[in-house]
Amino acid sequence: MSVLDFDYMLGLVPILLSYLPLTLAMAAAGMVLALVLACGLAVIRVLGIPGLNGATLLFISFFRGTPLLVQLFLFYYGLPQVLAFLTQIDGITATIMGLTLHFAAYMAESIRAAIVGVDRSQTEAALSIGMTNGQLMRRIVLPQATRVAVPTLMNYFIDMIKATSLAFTLGVTELMGATQKEAAGSFLYFEAFITVAVIYWGIVELLAWCQRRLEWRLNEAYRR
Amino acid sequence: MIKVANLVKRFGDTTVLDGIDLEIEQGEIIVVIGPSGTGKSTLLRCLNFLERPDAGRLTLGDLDVDVTRATKADILAARRRTAFVFQNYALFANKTALENIAEGLIVVNRWPKAKAHARAREILERIGLADKADAYPASLSGGQQQRVGIGRAMAAQAEVILFDEPTSSLDPEWVEEVLALMKRLAAERQTMLVVTHEMGFARDVADRVVFMEGGRIVEQGPPSQLFNAPRDPRTRDFLRKVLAAQPAVST
Repeated sequence: MSVLDFDYMLGLVPILLSYLPLTLAMAAAGMVLALVLACGLAVIRVLGIPGLNGATLLFISFFRGTPLLVQLFLFYYGLPQVLAFLTQIDGITATIMGLTLHFAAYMAESIRAAIVGVDRSQTEAALSIGMTNGQLMRRIVLPQATRVAVPTLMNYFIDMIKATSLAFTLGVTELMGATQKEAAGSFLYFEAFITVAVIYWGIVELLAWCQRRLEWRLNEAYRR
Repeated sequence: MIKVANLVKRFGDTTVLDGIDLEIEQGEIIVVIGPSGTGKSTLLRCLNFLERPDAGRLTLGDLDVDVTRATKADILAARRRTAFVFQNYALFANKTALENIAEGLIVVNRWPKAKAHARAREILERIGLADKADAYPASLSGGQQQRVGIGRAMAAQAEVILFDEPTSSLDPEWVEEVLALMKRLAAERQTMLVVTHEMGFARDVADRVVFMEGGRIVEQGPPSQLFNAPRDPRTRDFLRKVLAAQPAVST
């Protein structure tokens, strides 16, 4: 008998891949919502809007300062006990909520730093030719901030894809949950988990390749 | 015509501009000289509200405002009647030389892109950088970047171009090409207000030289008078120090 049951692993791949869309959908939804929220938080921080600024700092501090798993349990098991309308919350929704809030807290600071990092004199130059604040943000600051923020944001997206595996603790059968079930049926734990590890790894490498291409394009203006 | 009356600017407790009065005729080239920290740059920056003045009246062509009451629209109007050349060029790093020059025409003046690019190409021709149209600032020398900075100001067709120490950040080898371009603009009677330490430029090109110290205009006059027969002891003192450091300019 060989060390690894390769036939079992090969047979497992298509079964596990059928759960991949759910994993990616949760990550994509979390990413889009987190980006929107993070942009809002970043703008509040950059402009230093009184009142909101303090609330934003508290939000960021809490969601960066506590483990994602704790947050997920809080949303899924905890909140429904206090907020009646959340009794219907399912694992997928709770996961997306958790991913959104958790990663928005991290991304807000990256986006803020990218906006602040755009050379202040370019802002003055744009104002001096008569641009409005909106035009200045749209045409000069945000395109340059995007270039700075994209590598970090892609890293968070990669992190988020892996973090979707925590949804299995809320009873969601996604990539990780499916693997757990298959492994429990076959008792081939090593084969099952090495297979799912390779699948996650492959997705992340694919994304890293996209990230490099994107960065190459965004850096066009800065090559000498 | 441009007119500044009793312009005051304070930073905290420090009064940087202490009641400046200045009139600039159309086509006039004025050079502002004076020791560091006397408010020369602040004066320029107040004319287009990059700094908000604390008191005074500003007239730019048909715009006439009490600076303390200037609305957002007044400020935009002032900026569209002035153009600014920065000490550190301040080109848009995400845009090519051509796009830097065309940007204001497209966004502010709402020209169609093709028309704006055609004008930008004419300007690139005039500043001698036609072959650099598609180059990004990062790949241009300091002198080339500053010429694009001047090109961007030329595109604005402003009442006046404000030059804030345009050669001070340049390596010595690039200073001459930038001064040469400014001299060409002066010869075309482009109205200019120039803050510079280039005394040779002031002497050769200016119609009027303004000497500032301590936030006030101490003395002004044609370069021949100001350089050869300065009236105020502070002007004499300043010129003695500066001309000792730039012997090529002294007579």
